[in-house]
Amino acid sequence: MKLSCKEASRLLSQSLDRDLTLGEHARLRLHLTLCDACRNFNQQLKQLRQAVARLFE
Amino acid sequence: MASDFRSQVEAQRPYLLRYASMELRNSDAAEDAVQEALLAALGAEASFAGRSNLRTWLTGILKHKIVDSIRRSSRERPLETTDGESTVDDFDALFDETGHWCEPPQAWPDQALQEKQFLQALEKCLAALPARTGQVFMMREHLGFETDDICKELGITATHCWVLLYRARMSLRDCLQKGWLGR
Repeated sequence: MKLSCKEASRLLSQSLDRDLTLGEHARLRLHLTLCDACRNFNQQLKQLRQAVARLFE
Repeated sequence: MASDFRSQVEAQRPYLLRYASMELRNSDAAEDAVQEALLAALGAEASFAGRSNLRTWLTGILKHKIVDSIRRSSRERPLETTDGESTVDDFDALFDETGHWCEPPQAWPDQALQEKQFLQALEKCLAALPARTGQVFMMREHLGFETDDICKELGITATHCWVLLYRARMSLRDCLQKGWLGR
């Protein structure tokens, strides 16, 4: 089953909060190799996390 | 000397209040937490001696008071599960019927994230989140709670927690894209 961007966006968010299953991880990896938009989204989630951590420094 | 310390501590009050308000999303609770932190700090001057940064030290004390406050309020007012913040359907509009992005995310330049305007926009976007969503997000990303601990403190399921975090991130991303990058 291939992931849609909608499903990928949810898994990418959850990957910041829990360990994904091996299956989820593999499908996500495959999706990301093919999808620029989701790669950018993933990067933005990481940038957001860093920025919030820095917010009150 | 003692009154000097007091006035230096007092001078940090506005900053601490801004910090607590962002975490607790409730101005009364934020005032209380800051008051408790300042009192604790004034009574602990000796333990500050030799530390270089007063603000960092005070923020450390405040964090404990914030966690206490979250614990108390979740005991007093258990979370309603029908708070209207528990679905992800409202982001369906961002995707077409095949699940692709309607407006594919573009890369954010790392350089721009260092700018003051970005952090200002981020604060605004955080303040605009629904209360519970914002609180869970700040517990996770700013106070550094694990999801399990957030569930325990707030009495919500892990699934609900992930949904709220997804909502927060999607909203913030969208808000920053529009508010900061202006498109």
